[in-house]
Amino acid sequence: MVDSARLSLHVPEPAVRPGGQPDFSNVKIAKAGSVPRPEVDVASEDIRDLAYSIIRVLNRDGEAVGPWAGSLSDEELLTGLRNMMKLRAFDARMLMAQRQGKTSFYMQHLGEEAVSCAFRKALIKGDMNFPTYRQAGLLIADDYPMVEMMNQIYSNESDPLRGRQLPIMYSSKEHGFFTISGNLATQYVQAVGWAMASAIKNDSRIAAAWIGDGSTAESDFHSALVFASTYKAPVILNIVNNQWAISTFQGIARGGSGTFAARGLGFGIPALRVDGNDYLAVHAVARWAAERARRNLGPTLIEYVTYRVGAHSTSDDPSAYRPKTESEAWPLGDPVLRLKKHLIVKGAWSEERHVQAEAEIMDEVIEAQRQAEAHGTLHAGGRPSVRDIFEGVYAEMPPHIRRQRQKAGY
Amino acid sequence: MTRMTMIEAVRSAMDVSMAKDDNVVVFGEDVGYFGGVFRSTQGLQAKYGRTRCFDTPISESGIVGTAIGMAAYGLKPCVEIQFADYMYPAYDQLTQEAARIRYRSNGDFTCPIVVRMPTGGGIFGGQTHSQSPEALFTHVCGLKVIVPSNPYDAKGLLIAAIEDPDPVMFLEPKRLYNGPFDGHHERPVTPWSKHDLGEVPDGHYTIPIGKAEVRREGSAVTVVAYGTMVHVALAAAEDAGIDAEVIDLRSLLPLDLDTIVKSVSKTGRCVVVHEATLTSGFGAEVAALVQEHCFYQLEAPVVRVAGWDTPYPHAQEWDYFPGPGRVGRALAEVMEA
Repeated sequence: MVDSARLSLHVPEPAVRPGGQPDFSNVKIAKAGSVPRPEVDVASEDIRDLAYSIIRVLNRDGEAVGPWAGSLSDEELLTGLRNMMKLRAFDARMLMAQRQGKTSFYMQHLGEEAVSCAFRKALIKGDMNFPTYRQAGLLIADDYPMVEMMNQIYSNESDPLRGRQLPIMYSSKEHGFFTISGNLATQYVQAVGWAMASAIKNDSRIAAAWIGDGSTAESDFHSALVFASTYKAPVILNIVNNQWAISTFQGIARGGSGTFAARGLGFGIPALRVDGNDYLAVHAVARWAAERARRNLGPTLIEYVTYRVGAHSTSDDPSAYRPKTESEAWPLGDPVLRLKKHLIVKGAWSEERHVQAEAEIMDEVIEAQRQAEAHGTLHAGGRPSVRDIFEGVYAEMPPHIRRQRQKAGY
Repeated sequence: MTRMTMIEAVRSAMDVSMAKDDNVVVFGEDVGYFGGVFRSTQGLQAKYGRTRCFDTPISESGIVGTAIGMAAYGLKPCVEIQFADYMYPAYDQLTQEAARIRYRSNGDFTCPIVVRMPTGGGIFGGQTHSQSPEALFTHVCGLKVIVPSNPYDAKGLLIAAIEDPDPVMFLEPKRLYNGPFDGHHERPVTPWSKHDLGEVPDGHYTIPIGKAEVRREGSAVTVVAYGTMVHVALAAAEDAGIDAEVIDLRSLLPLDLDTIVKSVSKTGRCVVVHEATLTSGFGAEVAALVQEHCFYQLEAPVVRVAGWDTPYPHAQEWDYFPGPGRVGRALAEVMEA
């Protein structure tokens, strides 16, 4: 006798859809300061709990508490605040530029500024990121010129990538920012390869891999974990869980149980979850992982729990798939406001200085935009040469491309 | 000079390259301790250590993906996909990543990797160990595609590929690994030790990528072939008693169009031979180029001889694999036109 039931397919759905009341009751939030900070040489099986909790430093009162606090000075925190504000202002201007038809496309970071800005400060010159499309903070926090970023977005005559890439798909070897691919997860495993190379050469530089929650479903994510685990590569495996993969909620890639961080446990990789809207927590966890990598202790997997406040891109309409007020209900708050509050509580900042800084930063962004637009926008002014289409496919132009270039009149 | 099999020549190329440049690393499934299922990397781990030649998880995308990252760092990875049939999980990494990194970053990052893979049929490998995927790569801008037909070329081209600043697909016809297949299915391969092309210099040398070689001079018809089919074409010309000129392309991308045009302009006739399936195969590209560049010299339509448009069968592989009989009929067809 076989005991069987009529089978039915389970398709996960988010708790709420447009028109409903936002509900984040499923997000279990640990109290700030409550999650322990293990030694960096800890075994992954000894910190399994950290893959299911959320490391937080800033409490509701704006105080930095617990064992993960204290990794940054006031001066460094002020720099962090300024970088996040700069990224937010940059986003606002470039979003507007896209709406004005000055470029084809843009992707903003609203709500996720702490992740990339704080992470960058845990790396040192020579380390390499393999970013996705939502980590421009890695460049901003490394003082990459905003004008260059805008030149790329506008595909103008000064675009360092000669008009070949979608807007925001930057590349800067000097600033540890690998050329972005639009294909998801492909670069996760490339980061592991870069880190393996550094280990093969007995170098001291480390790599950082970046992926979104939805893209963890790609096979390259799993390839990356198996290679990182097998060779104990000096790499930080970052997962930015911003709740939404375009319109698909994170439960589709994750399934009904566990966390994205817990994916690392099966590979024996120490895995932590961190409050992605807490600049101090992100930095402290990133620095912990970087120290592990530098001490040849192998990879670390970090899940940043955050929320994508803006649309996925300028081609997206989030009101079609989630409540309009969902971002306001996000229980981990706004990363800029939280750091601002912390600095005010510490007496290192004030509302007045914040307003003043906002104005200064916006002036700086507008001036960069003025300079970039002097070199052209997508549809007006200077643009890369048609000749640039044919250059650089190979180190040396082969005859068939040369014939095509000549046919095109160049 | 030593007489070598193609496997030994491939191994020698990696050995010479690893000795010359300590940025050259070799890895893939079973390539480390065991030395590869075809033994093409045998001895390299013992000689250069486990961090220069090592085994990987069974993950083609992981192999190529990590190679791309290593190349971005500054190494020169030469990786093995155990059979060309297994490269499909790595196709995304090859075509959309490796091929485009130089272009999309405007030279900020480059990808000097070599991806080796045994290709083609004739060893009773069935549909999952016999494929010829070269056309899937030649359609991709940014890759280079090489198919050698003998040990001397295999070594010189592989060293050139490892030293090349761009990603190179290196397809090794497994029917030729041990001997110079005389083109006739029922006969065993002759050892390379009895063949001139088995003579391979021990040290470093290169053969330029993008240069074809005329294997047999003739004036009546041009046969364009590569890999195993070079030997089939030579046997067909011999059997048919036709004064055919046989061109071994060696490099499909970039392609040596000048050598093809020069030959077809002389002979006025052209047959293209490959063992990959016919439709949208690389022969279509060659036929189109001949039509574009030699139209007024052509005495007959260009004819293609290729594998049938079916998966590669196991028991009937000799009926699938183009042999000198089929090539001979094509030669007769273009001669009669």
